[in-house]
Amino acid sequence: MLKINNLNATIDNKSILKGFSLNINPGEVHAIMGPNGSGKSTLSNILSGKKGYETSGEILFEGKDLFELETEERAHKGIFLAFQYPLEIPGVNTNIFLKTSLNAIRKARGEKELDAIEFLKLVKEKSKDLKFDEDKLNRQLNVGFSGGEKKKNEILQMSLLAPKLSILDETDSGLDIDALKIVADGVNTLRDKKNSFLIITHYQRLLDYIKPDFVHVLMNGKIVKSGGPDLAIELENKGYENFN
Amino acid sequence: MDNRQKEIDSLKDYKYGFSTDIENTRAPKGLNENVIKFISNIKKEPEWMLDFRLKAFERFKLLKEPDWQKPKYPKIDYQDLYYYSAPKSMDDKPKSLDELDPKLLETYKKLGIPLQEQARLNGIAVDAVFDSVSVATTFREELTKHGIIFCPISEAIQKHPELVKKYLGSVIPITDHFFATLNSAVFTDGSFAYIPEGVRCPMELSTYFRINASNTGQFERTLIIADKGSYVSYLEGCTAPMRDENQLHAANVELIALDDAEIKYSTVQNWYPGDKDGKGGIYNFVTKRGLCKGKNSKISWTQVETGSAITWKYPSCILRGDNSVGEFYSIAITNNHQKADTGTKMIHLGKNTKSKIISKGISAGFSDMTYRGLVDVSSKATNSNNYTQCDSLLMGNKCGAHTVPYIKNKNSESTIAHEATTSKISEEQLHYCQQRGLSSEEAVGLIVNGFCKEVLQQLPMEFAVEAQKLVGISLEGSVG
Repeated sequence: MLKINNLNATIDNKSILKGFSLNINPGEVHAIMGPNGSGKSTLSNILSGKKGYETSGEILFEGKDLFELETEERAHKGIFLAFQYPLEIPGVNTNIFLKTSLNAIRKARGEKELDAIEFLKLVKEKSKDLKFDEDKLNRQLNVGFSGGEKKKNEILQMSLLAPKLSILDETDSGLDIDALKIVADGVNTLRDKKNSFLIITHYQRLLDYIKPDFVHVLMNGKIVKSGGPDLAIELENKGYENFN
Repeated sequence: MDNRQKEIDSLKDYKYGFSTDIENTRAPKGLNENVIKFISNIKKEPEWMLDFRLKAFERFKLLKEPDWQKPKYPKIDYQDLYYYSAPKSMDDKPKSLDELDPKLLETYKKLGIPLQEQARLNGIAVDAVFDSVSVATTFREELTKHGIIFCPISEAIQKHPELVKKYLGSVIPITDHFFATLNSAVFTDGSFAYIPEGVRCPMELSTYFRINASNTGQFERTLIIADKGSYVSYLEGCTAPMRDENQLHAANVELIALDDAEIKYSTVQNWYPGDKDGKGGIYNFVTKRGLCKGKNSKISWTQVETGSAITWKYPSCILRGDNSVGEFYSIAITNNHQKADTGTKMIHLGKNTKSKIISKGISAGFSDMTYRGLVDVSSKATNSNNYTQCDSLLMGNKCGAHTVPYIKNKNSESTIAHEATTSKISEEQLHYCQQRGLSSEEAVGLIVNGFCKEVLQQLPMEFAVEAQKLVGISLEGSVG
């Protein structure tokens, strides 16, 4: 599904990713762990289409060159990023944002757009599953939401949009244990033979609830070690320093 | 291509920019007594009206063009303009729509304002003003049943002189200021509405202004009187062809609300804004003022200003009646090289008077936007209050936004509150929306409409949808 070959990325003359390669097949869950400054967020930014990076190397999504696609076209093709710091958009009602987003993606896929009633039914159902406070749906997008609520809102959007590849950028940071379980439930519900996940995290904690197929250690811009779920535990015990 | 994209593409260029090729009757070029007499004569005006004009012109000769505003413009040669231009076919006023020049009907159809009976907009009575004349007014019979007068002001001067004499110039005196006084001397047409005591006007009244002729100034005059206990909602729309030269539009609008009456005045201003490099476009120098003459009366201005090269206007309320209420809701958008200096004046004279100002300014491209507002509470306006909220939204880093509030409070028992914010649409917000599948245009539309919501909600439903689209389209291409 996603093939990254020898990706290099530079921003403001600073080299961040240095020969990064990764291969994700349909249905797989990959976790990327790494210390601060190792390039984790740069990776998610580049996959989502954020501008400002100089890049070389290759990223293929379902065989298509990702660099040829605009940010919204990537979203239409099924790439979703749960942001590390979800943005506040004053004045924009959360429900309207979610509906506009869902319908933009449905339209791009050639599916029928949902009317207000169909949408409300769906969003209520999903909110209930994620224990997302329905009152928040009528508030301005992420304005005045707690850190946990913002992260849950990301997972709500993920479950509404049903992407093929979900990238979770430190979604677990700042979450209490209850919220963490809810986020994990959201991922596990969507998990099947076709959908893939790339989970970027500092800590092993989230991986207690979402069992990854592969764990990669990212240091200094490239993967230094890959393994199964046990690698996360090893990492948690040893710390990043001993991987240098 | 999907519909939304098609719609955007079709509107990318100013879609009202066409001109109608039509034979005109014009006044001789220039500004002098003879031209004023020409206008008065062609309108078959009574003597008192000509006197009014000539008095204004005497005054005008003594006045100096103001230059305190933020947007500067090249000197206007007032002798190089035509002050009257009308389709020749209007010389002998057509008695019905059937006699109206098909070219005019076609023009309004293209503008989305069909005048023919079978195609009329539901629930909206339209007075269509083309250059210097009103060419048609719809639903007049229906309105007459309720005792409502809705007609071109040129007709009101002949048929309802007692009302016009009493109220014309009572809110904007002929001595008022340079452009208003010029208008009093040379105004050509516009709308007149009178709502009798206790009548709630059953439909929206609307005037659609169209500038067509080149090198011509448009000076309309609108007068709306809401008698005791009546209610009226009035809409104004405007467009003009794309021309390389700047054209002057200097209208006067006077509103009078008597005891317990309410006037709601909405404007969707979409005059030609000039091209991407700032060439051409309308100078929209308009004087709009409402007088809450009676107790418990209310006047509310709602404006969506997206057009014009320069917009310079302050729709105002004089709150003379005790317990009267003035409101001003504004969205002003400038893009490319457009400039706006707009806001309101709330003059509190009566006791327990209230005013509310909600202003949303959006600037993009190389444009410049100023909110300028006056809240003046007189010593007699006990227990009055004002609330002002001015929000500015910037797109890109080459545009400007300025807020200039003037506050005068001479009454210690009255309160004035002012809030202002300035924000910017960030790259991060756009990226977030795009990651959720929205194009940058859709994202800007969503954010901007969210920003303007409080004002858009004030518009009559028929116009709210159109205004919402217009807001998105005006900012087209303003994100990189």
